[in-house]
Amino acid sequence: MTQAQLQESANIPAQSEEHGERKWRDYFSFNTDHKVIGIQYLVTTFIFYCIGGVLADLVRTELKTPETDFVSPEVYNSLFTLHATIMIFLWIVPAGAGFANYLIPLMIGAKDMAFPRLNAVAFWMIPPAGLLLISSLLVGDAPDAGWTSYPPLSLVTGQVGEAIWIMSVLLLGTSSILGAINFLVTIWKMRIPGMSVNQMPLFCWSMIATSAITLLSTPVLAGALILLAFDLIAGTTFFNPTGGGDPIVYQHMFWFYSHPAVYIMILPFFGLISEVLPVHARKPVFGYQAIAYSSLAISFLGLIVWAHHMFTSGIPGWLRMFFMITTMIIAVPTGIKVFSWVATVWGGKLRLNSAMLFAMGFVGTFVIGGISGVMLAAVPFDIHVHDTYFVVAHLHYVLFGGSVLGIYAGFYHWFPKMTGRMLNEFWGKVHFALTIVGLNMTFLPMHKLGMMGMNRRIAVYDPKFETLNFICTMGSYLLAVSTFPFIINAIWSWMYGPKAGNNPWQALTLEWMTTSPPAIENFDKLPVLATGPYDYGMNNGDDEVVENVPLSDEREPALAAGPNSALRAEPDPKVAANPEDRE
Amino acid sequence: MNIPSSIWTLIIGIVVTIVSLWYGQNHGLLPTAASDEAELVDGLFNAMLTISTGLFLIVEGALIYSAIRFRRRPDDNSDGPPIFGNIPLEILWTAVPAIIVLGIAIYSFDVYNSIGGFNPHDVHDAPIGEQAVRMPGAAIAATLNDTPPSADPSNLNQDKSDAAMQDPGTAEIRNADQIPQKRNAPGVGVVSPTIGSSPDREGTSPALTINVTGLQYAWIITYPDTGITTGELHVPVGREVQISMTANDVIHAFWVPELRLKQDAIPGRQSEIRFTPKTLGEYKLICAELCGPYHGAMNTQFVIETPEAFEQWQQEQVAISNSQQLVAVNTAVSPAEFLAPYISDLGIQPETLHQIHHNHH
Ligand code: HEM
Ligand SMILES: [Cu+2]
Ligand SMILES: [Cu+2]
Repeated sequence: MTQAQLQESANIPAQSEEHGERKWRDYFSFNTDHKVIGIQYLVTTFIFYCIGGVLADLVRTELKTPETDFVSPEVYNSLFTLHATIMIFLWIVPAGAGFANYLIPLMIGAKDMAFPRLNAVAFWMIPPAGLLLISSLLVGDAPDAGWTSYPPLSLVTGQVGEAIWIMSVLLLGTSSILGAINFLVTIWKMRIPGMSVNQMPLFCWSMIATSAITLLSTPVLAGALILLAFDLIAGTTFFNPTGGGDPIVYQHMFWFYSHPAVYIMILPFFGLISEVLPVHARKPVFGYQAIAYSSLAISFLGLIVWAHHMFTSGIPGWLRMFFMITTMIIAVPTGIKVFSWVATVWGGKLRLNSAMLFAMGFVGTFVIGGISGVMLAAVPFDIHVHDTYFVVAHLHYVLFGGSVLGIYAGFYHWFPKMTGRMLNEFWGKVHFALTIVGLNMTFLPMHKLGMMGMNRRIAVYDPKFETLNFICTMGSYLLAVSTFPFIINAIWSWMYGPKAGNNPWQALTLEWMTTSPPAIENFDKLPVLATGPYDYGMNNGDDEVVENVPLSDEREPALAAGPNSALRAEPDPKVAANPEDRE
Repeated sequence: MNIPSSIWTLIIGIVVTIVSLWYGQNHGLLPTAASDEAELVDGLFNAMLTISTGLFLIVEGALIYSAIRFRRRPDDNSDGPPIFGNIPLEILWTAVPAIIVLGIAIYSFDVYNSIGGFNPHDVHDAPIGEQAVRMPGAAIAATLNDTPPSADPSNLNQDKSDAAMQDPGTAEIRNADQIPQKRNAPGVGVVSPTIGSSPDREGTSPALTINVTGLQYAWIITYPDTGITTGELHVPVGREVQISMTANDVIHAFWVPELRLKQDAIPGRQSEIRFTPKTLGEYKLICAELCGPYHGAMNTQFVIETPEAFEQWQQEQVAISNSQQLVAVNTAVSPAEFLAPYISDLGIQPETLHQIHHNHH
């Protein structure tokens, strides 16, 4: 038996036919099933992504020529402010939570999240917050001080729009705090007995790291925004120099959240990639512990680097050096991850399907963003390129190349599980090709633009930059086009795609050990671990188990006990696997 | 693992090194280096780009090579080899980035020190308060200033603020009555953030001091030594210049790409940078921090000229500036009127001038 067969035969999937059936109304209601909530998150955030993408193309259309000939400068500022806010707070961050909601209980063999109602509450804060934000466009007073909303500028531009922006971001922050609590408790308390932390899928590790930074840093953002709201509405002067306030304090508070936030935006997808790569490379993930612990290292270091966003604003000279060093150190755990991923694919038997292509594209593109990140950490160079298109290029390589490609890899990988149907591979590959070309065409030239002297957030620029900007704009149209094959493919396949079966990829993690789509309570009986999460290739068709495989210490006793041994199958009465069973 | 034989590794290593070294020197990604400091920054960038190119080629090369070499053959349903890790290899690739990063950090540290990141206020140790009071125009400035000059010599930021407010050229447009420079300004004793004198110039005064004020959407430049107020920044080549800046409404940022220097001008704070212009030419002084809808149009001419040309320009400006000073004192024109001649050069429509709020009491 191969490892996949071993794992599957130890876990008979829930057979109940009607269990998996979902009524469409469930998705529009206060449903507490983590799978419904996961899909609610993913679909909602994808809609916001499309809105954010349209705004991005409007921004790029304005930038096609050096003059302001498409929208007025005021509207331009609102466009990029909303684009960035939507992309960050309504797409990347909640999309990570969407995957986590769907996958974590399945991956650890639980029936649901620890707090199902809280989970639904967290989701249902998002649509109103998003609608609120977008409504500011209709009010005619959209926020236009950038997604960073630095005072005093944010205090002197439109008041209504700014207040709406604060309100909306506060709601979204609250939602992500609620989600983070839920993930932590679920992962910590609801793993099936016998799954030690070192047998968890790596996605769970990345969600622990993500949730920890969410809990530590989001409240500081809330503090900053509430004080800003006082300045804006009540006329206090916490950040307003007119009354003796200090705008730099806002920057510290804002970046204390918003730098860690970039890890909130990327760590979940680091986790997703660590799931997708080994399955399609048919090889164990290389350096499980290195990948797991580097997530924690990134989340810790992420909390002490915020002032690298302020190298040119208000910190003393020596402090810049401190933040330079801490920032650069993050490159080490990140590098460990990248090398481990490369080593995972190296020498495998790669199935180059859409999920795998996006996952490898993720690694390749993220590397560019990571490298420019180290450059930005070098203070003398950052002083030159801060607030220029070099930064815009860097952040999109990380957020688009990292997060968005990661999400797509996840979509293609888990779509069969979520819907029970396969996506069309041909259109998946078209989607991939268009995305990679469009992405590099849009963002690569921005590096040079920034270094040569084009600052960011401008509607008019020096005519000497016209050619490169034209290329960027064409690239952004290509990116817009690239989403159509995906959207059509997803909708069509969801309705008419070929049936997927329970485990189309012969994966080993527990979410594949149930029906596709999973039954309402995930598993009929408590699942057992017959293999580790990434034990590919240990038994290649012949019945002999390969001997010289270094299993981690923690995994050995459980595995040695055999799939049906009491050690693993017996539920521990103190650790109930689902919330209803707990007293 | 299927590591290529050592001879291939060697050849690939050599090729990657050569390509990286070449690209690191010939990237053409940066504009002219027009200051001594810019040379240093470019050296750092070239080094980083060399390393980055190497890393980029290795990682992308490995990915593309894997995609081609290790793709699954149609008839092969077996799995790859079960390799879970390799401790020596993992230590190696933890150590290599760590060493690279350490190297870049040390190099950056060195450049940062050489361009004067560490010792910004050596020349300001003496209290400037009384000196400033004796300057011409101080009486007018004092009436605009809510806070009397600082008496506490340890509060350097306060001194700087006071001094700036006493400067007849800038006090008016620096909007002193609206933004009282704070008592106990943030980071007491620190002129907020700065590129100061380089270690070899420590303790010396710069050859030329210039005050720059950002306001929506113009740069106002004053030369305290000569009393010139203008909308363009002129500096003589080869002489160390100190720019001391602030803003009177929102945050702006002083950026001349060719100098590789950028510094936020923050209302309520003083910040400064020192540099030595090196290459003659006309460049652009850009506002790099979002400051409102016309942020993109907020830029002006930055000229590095020969000392003779600079002298001449200065003399022309003194005449103009003096007459404007008189007007300013006698009729208290609003900054909008005051700025009109400059702003028309900046591509801003006069209608937008109402954005500049400034109420005289
Ligand atoms: C469809 C492809 C995209 C295009 C063409 C695009 C384009 C742009 C442009 C041109 C800007 C700069 C606006 C300015 O400085 O005036 C910008 C800013 C930004 N974008 Fe995107 N973007 C895209 C996708 C994304 C994605 C996927 C994310 C995040 C997940 C994102 C996040 C941001 C952020 C955070 C900013 C910063 C705005 C600022 O300067 O404050 N963008 N984008
Ligand atoms: Cu400005
Ligand atoms: Cu500006």
